[in-house]
Amino acid sequence: MTMNTQGRPSAPAETGTAVPQTFTGNKALMIEEALIFEIGDVKNCGVDIPEPPQVKDRLGKLKRKAPAGLPGLSEPETMRHYVKLSQKNYAIDMGLYPLGSCTMKHNPRLNEKMARLPGFGDIHPLQPVSSVQGALELIDMLAEWLMEMTGMAAVAMSPKAGAHGELCGMMAIKAALEARGEGDTRNVVLVPESAHGTNPATAALLGYSVKAIPARKDGTVDPADVKALLDDTVAGIMLTNPNTCGLFERDIIAIADAVHAAGAYFYCDGANFNAIVGKARPGDLGVDAMHINLHKTFSTPHGGGGPGAGPVVLSEALAPFAPLPYVTKTDDGFAVVEHEAEDPKSFGRLTAFHGQMGMFVRALAYMLSHGSDGLKKASEDAVLNANYVRARLADLMSLPFGNKPCMHEVLFDDSFLKDTGVTTLDFAKAMIDEGYHPMTMYFPLVVHGAMLIEPTESESKASLDLFIATMRDLVMDAKAGKTERFAGAPYYAPRRRLDETRAARSPRLSWTPPEPITDAAE
Amino acid sequence: MRYLPLTNADREAMLADIGVGHIDELFADIPEKARLKDLLDLPKAMGELEVERLLSRMAGNNVSAGSVPFFVGAGAYRHHVPATVDHLIQRSEFLTSYTPYQPEITQGTLQYLFEFQTQVAWLTGMEVANASMYDGSTGTAEAVLMAHRVTRRNKAVLSGSLHPHYRDVVKTVSDMAGDEVVCLAADPAGKEDILAAIDDTVSCVVVQTPGVFGNLTDLTPIAEKAHAHGALLIAVFTEVVSLGLVEPPGKMGADIVVGEGQGIGNGLNFGGPYVGLFATKQKYLRQMPGRLCGETVDTEGKRGFVLTLSTREQHIRRDKATSNICTNSGLCCLAFTIHMTLLGDHGLTRLAETCHANAVQLADALDGVSGVEVLSDTFFNEFAISVPGNAADVIEKLAEKGVLGGVPFSRLDPSAELDDVILVASTEINTEDDRVAYTVALSEVLS
Repeated sequence: MTMNTQGRPSAPAETGTAVPQTFTGNKALMIEEALIFEIGDVKNCGVDIPEPPQVKDRLGKLKRKAPAGLPGLSEPETMRHYVKLSQKNYAIDMGLYPLGSCTMKHNPRLNEKMARLPGFGDIHPLQPVSSVQGALELIDMLAEWLMEMTGMAAVAMSPKAGAHGELCGMMAIKAALEARGEGDTRNVVLVPESAHGTNPATAALLGYSVKAIPARKDGTVDPADVKALLDDTVAGIMLTNPNTCGLFERDIIAIADAVHAAGAYFYCDGANFNAIVGKARPGDLGVDAMHINLHKTFSTPHGGGGPGAGPVVLSEALAPFAPLPYVTKTDDGFAVVEHEAEDPKSFGRLTAFHGQMGMFVRALAYMLSHGSDGLKKASEDAVLNANYVRARLADLMSLPFGNKPCMHEVLFDDSFLKDTGVTTLDFAKAMIDEGYHPMTMYFPLVVHGAMLIEPTESESKASLDLFIATMRDLVMDAKAGKTERFAGAPYYAPRRRLDETRAARSPRLSWTPPEPITDAAE
Repeated sequence: MRYLPLTNADREAMLADIGVGHIDELFADIPEKARLKDLLDLPKAMGELEVERLLSRMAGNNVSAGSVPFFVGAGAYRHHVPATVDHLIQRSEFLTSYTPYQPEITQGTLQYLFEFQTQVAWLTGMEVANASMYDGSTGTAEAVLMAHRVTRRNKAVLSGSLHPHYRDVVKTVSDMAGDEVVCLAADPAGKEDILAAIDDTVSCVVVQTPGVFGNLTDLTPIAEKAHAHGALLIAVFTEVVSLGLVEPPGKMGADIVVGEGQGIGNGLNFGGPYVGLFATKQKYLRQMPGRLCGETVDTEGKRGFVLTLSTREQHIRRDKATSNICTNSGLCCLAFTIHMTLLGDHGLTRLAETCHANAVQLADALDGVSGVEVLSDTFFNEFAISVPGNAADVIEKLAEKGVLGGVPFSRLDPSAELDDVILVASTEINTEDDRVAYTVALSEVLS
């Protein structure tokens, strides 16, 4: 039996359905597709480039000796290849994508259109500042919106993704501590057990040792547990709010006060900010730094895993240490501060240029479209949808912290599957056969067999009702011992369950030509 | 609000099902004093037309690269991206999909990541590549951290050939992590003695080729000396198209090759999103940062792909992870892979030859302008010139004449005191008319 990374079985039993095989292996619209290395050729090409002018080269002795061996395809072949690949993906545009903590909401196409305006998409980061005033205005306007939404003093725009934002925020904290002369003595960061893995990884990257804060019985952090860990070696706390159990940390102000009283700073992981936009502001909760995932809260497309964008809002205390470059307003228009000499307090540069401009345009288009009223309504609908799912499934599934209101996502554990032989993984794979992307599974780590469901505000009531009915049907089958629906799942996806153990044990990370078949091998 | 499907009747019915009377009851855990009573002080919702009008006005206040003779590079390059690329990456199934955590329904993403990794490994001449970094600069900082893990040392030597922004990113991360960085001076002539900086305390040497001033460096002797002292050679590039014509670092002994992949498939976008390419030797695989896609089989024995070796990563290893990275540059990888598939060896070589030929012709033309000197002995598609007077002023005056003529080096690094140096790039987009416009404008500005 093979196991996946969570140590659960990933090889189901054979099913023995009597369906005729096709010659091609295709199943109607489900068409197999080889790799480009198997169908392309180094002589093929899908672009027409005129013969280059003949010049004496200036490459010294470093001209490439042999080509890379990359296959090419003509344009129609390329189109078909990638269209066929795309058809093996699930997507928000197809249906509910309830990955908790990932915020798979609708991606408006207006945002795509705006990002492709030549005035945004076709400008260079090092053009003269006088030739990009509109771009700087856009960055400045987005920054103003983010500051108003969060009630914070400043925002660092350049972080490339959420984890990069965490790095930025923790660097600002470290710089502030160094400025106070406590850079060497404060070397501990407190992180709750329920935190995203990026939090402890970020703290460790900066040389901090990580101390875990246990979760209290109701899934939140107890200020008393924080106080017990606070002393003059603590640099800060990294707390996600709303947290990864889908709950608002109701003692957040007491925690912030205790952290500040101990001379430490409060980093808030803003991955779940989408639940509270327009309802509460991190600045009013005592937060010193928080990243905002523009690809979650403000709907820039996830694109199969990126690119993201992670601007970081900063309190008055941390604002002076913000990274370079940043945009300022002057009498002559917008300017860019990009060198240490202009701002010696800044902790430095985080990335080559200004950040994820393409994502800035999309996020601002999203914000402008919603406005103050729509942003608040979106948060409310996201929370309403999650609670609706909770209320309608509470009798059949298990809520580890009791049947009480959640924020934008609802967390179940696997105790409702006890003695059924069905695991969280099996349950998730059965959802695939029903046409759903599964919820986040086995995260957060603080509950057993976690199932974290985030429907987002993009779902209609009809969509949620069908999802709920499907979940109820699955749960009832599991409880009734009808496990074949789970053990072999998925049956109808482009692939049956994949062997992750094999992939990790002998990694094949690039294509290699097959061994030639010889008679001797017979 | 056009993006919100719930009707007020739905909301009422759902609240009743939940058993609360008002939406605010679901937000009761927010401390009373922090609950917002009023709307945020921001404009109210706008229709699509109004948003488009407002943003188009801002976009109109920028000079787009395609509207003028354009020679700006220094880490981001304007190439022609085939229409097929932008169409394909906007397919819903690619655009609106998440990280492929459920491989059975994300084989599309996983297969293109596998193709991407293979293309990057072959292109750089390395054994393994990851599924991308945020960009070249952050990738370089990750490469340095990786070298520290491999060698268990913590001192990096950065060549003056390294893009100053890349150097600064490495310095920021190293300073914060408590690691040491030695930076060699920027030198347009490319005559630095980097071998002298390598000893048994050094973890890695970081060399960019083509360098920021354009010069090409034979990495072989640097690799040999680094290896003799137990250090790694990290080779950096900022223009991936160069690999179509220049010997790849992997064939010159580099241990890690990292660089910016924007030049294939991706537009300028004012600096992001871009796509960092990262490749190394098989033996260092488990110290590599970032996502990896690997081949496996399903229960019916069919080939498929999954994210793998995640025991290196933060979501499993937490504070013991190789990196804090979670996101990659998914859609930008896809653009890269599609464009590279359209090119193939034949197209890439021809593209690179065209860029180089255009740059050579431009260098010769600018060399003929009175007072201008071409400083780079060797180069691919970007070179350094010196001008009489202040380069930043010259670039500004060129812009007033409608020519975006390059990057004054002082914009990247004012402390280098190379105030007369301009970095000039040329790609396949430039025409003879562009070159004439540049030389004429530069002659006028300098006269």
